[in-house]
Order: sequence, then C-alpha cells, then structure tokens
Amino acid sequence: MSEETAQLIERLAAEARPVTRLRPPALRAASWLIIVAAIIVAAILMFANLAVFAQRARDPKLVYELLGTLLTGAASVLAAFHLSLPDRGRSWALLPLPPLALWIASSGYACYRHWIIFGPTGWELGESAHCLRFILGWSVPLALSLVVVLRRAAPLAPMGVAALGGLGVAAIAAFALQFFHPFDVTFVDLAVHLGAVCIVVLAIAATERLWRPRRASLP
Amino acid sequence: MQDEVEIDQRWSRLMAAAQDGDRGAYVRLLRDILPFIRAVVSRQHRTPDRIEEVVQDVLLSVHRVRHTYDPARPFRHWLAMIARRRSIDALRRRTRLAAFEISDDTAYETFADPAANKAQEVYVAVDGLSEAVATLPAQQREAIELLKLREMSLIEASSASGRSVAALKVNVHRAIKSLRKRMTGA
Repeated sequence: MSEETAQLIERLAAEARPVTRLRPPALRAASWLIIVAAIIVAAILMFANLAVFAQRARDPKLVYELLGTLLTGAASVLAAFHLSLPDRGRSWALLPLPPLALWIASSGYACYRHWIIFGPTGWELGESAHCLRFILGWSVPLALSLVVVLRRAAPLAPMGVAALGGLGVAAIAAFALQFFHPFDVTFVDLAVHLGAVCIVVLAIAATERLWRPRRASLP
Repeated sequence: MQDEVEIDQRWSRLMAAAQDGDRGAYVRLLRDILPFIRAVVSRQHRTPDRIEEVVQDVLLSVHRVRHTYDPARPFRHWLAMIARRRSIDALRRRTRLAAFEISDDTAYETFADPAANKAQEVYVAVDGLSEAVATLPAQQREAIELLKLREMSLIEASSASGRSVAALKVNVHRAIKSLRKRMTGA
C-alpha cells in the first residue's frame, strides 16, 4: 500500500459519520409512484371531462394505450431506482421495453385506423400543440421530484438513470394526457407525443451534470 | 469458495458497522479490500502509478456511496461493480485526453528560443554570481553581502561590520563595478 493510499484511508475513516441506508429500490419507487398517482387522480377528478373519457373508454384500444403508458412509466421509474445503485445489473434498463412496445403499437394502430376511416385528415395536425405543452408541463415537476429522490443514491452512471427517469415521467404524463384528450390520436399527435417524450428524456439526460451529486474529493 | 463466502460475510459485517459509524471497522475494511480493488483495476490499467490512482478513486467512490450498500446483499459484487465502473471511467478519461494531447519526448529539452531557457538561465546566472562574489577583495565582498544579498540598510550594515557608512558605499560601488565587468565583460 502506498503512503498516499494509507493516508487517504485514514482521512476517509476520520470523517466517516454514520449514514442512513437507502431503503430497497422497489419500495422507494413504489412510494414515489403512489404519491404521483394520488396527485394525478386528484387532478383528473378535478379537471378532466370524465363523461367524454367514459365514452372513449368503450373502445378497447384506449385501454391498451393507457396500459402501455402507465406500465412504461412505472417500469421506467422502477428501473431508474434500481440502476441508481452500484450493484444492480444493466438488464434493468430493458424492463420498460415491452410496455413501450405496447404503447407505440396501440397508438400506432389507433392512428392507422383513424387514417383509414377519415382518409387524409388522419394526417392533419390535431391538438398536437396542446399535447406537447401538456406532456412537457407535467413532466417538469415530476422530473424534479424524481431527481430529488434518485440523487440520494449518488448514481455512478447517472446518464442511464436520467434517461430512464425521463422516459418514466414522460410516459406518466402521456398516461394522464389521455384523460384530458377527448379525441383519437392522429399520426402527427403520436409523433408529437413521442417527440415530447424524447425532449424530456434528452433534457434530463443533458442536464444530468447539474443535478449529479459532486464527486467525492479528498476530505 | 468457502473462503470467498467467509470473506464476503466479514466485509459485509465491517461495512454494516462502518455505516453505523464504527471508524475502526471502516479502516479495517478499506485496508482489507485494497488487494481486491487492485486486482479489478489491474484488468484495465497496467502501470503501478496509474493503478494506485484509480484504486484511490475507487476508495473515494466507496466512501461516497457507502449508504447504498444493503448488508443483506453480497458485498464483493457491490464493490466489484464500483471498482469496474471507476476503472472504465478512468480508461475513458485517459482515452479522451490521449485524443487531444501529443506525447513529445523532447519537450523538456532546451530550444533555440531564448525565452524557453530563461528559467534555467536564472540558476546558471546565480551560480556565476556566487563565484564572482567569492573572488572579490574581503571588504568589497562583505559590503555586497550585507547590502545587496542580505538587503541590510547602510546603518544596519555599518553596525554589523563595524565599518563607516562612507566606506561601505565605496566598497559596494567598487564591488558592483567589478562584478559587472566579470559577468558581462563590459
């Protein structure tokens, strides 16, 4: 052992105070998701037009879309909590892929059907600007709260955690959007939804350096 | 295999104690895990200096994320993942630097540009000055040492040497003239 390393160990030990162990990642993810779910339910009950939603919900494709967005959000958040710890495998990053495929497939099918029924109007710009604002507007506060809890783990590979967290909050926002979105999505809407998700993921990943806890230095 | 399990359990216990604030257990743990960290780091790095640098980086990371260790899970795996991650990060940093920096073996040699050798020439000049001062007559040498090298005032130099202020002035003037002639040839 070099003299420098021996000194470093002494210094680290000298400043080693008791630490609070993190709770299991599944428990932490569940806690965050429950709080977010309570906020979304309250917002839906207060602001959404439930009569219109009930009419649209008769169509099973909406159920698949809802399921796809909700599961993508929950799976991404769970994966982000796991990957924020040093000893969890990278395969956690694959967890959101099946529900993401369900989300894209169900939305894509809805667009295709809309295009078959309505012809060229299937390509028109629906309420895309509203959707973009909605997803981005919901994602920002959700992302901030998620960052606060994820950075407690001081992730060693924060970029992947940030990207998964971004996908999670954007998917949850897209789920909530369905309750405030009284029409079928067009191809442009779908592109905007996915574009908004990409913006959120990229924004969180790009700003990862800002919220990453500072690397340890010699005490 | 049995040994590995025992070692893992011992390290796990030490880390759990360290998390609770036991500094003695923490020192023992950090010393115990050094060979293991070094072995992981050696897979990516070759030179001893480089390995030691990355090992220290791993120790800092272990310290920073020690609250993420769950005593119910294997310690070696947790540690190995941190060591591997830091080792790869260091390798990437090195590769990035290598892409922008050029290794120039002759960089420490002197160049024709006089400014390049200025720092070295100061030492050469100082050496030459010391030799020149040594060759001065005793009274001039004393005057230059007291007034210029030790930076005394004329009064201080006078009381230190027992010579008059006027004598010191004359001697330092002559000494400087001699030194200038000797150093510059003028």
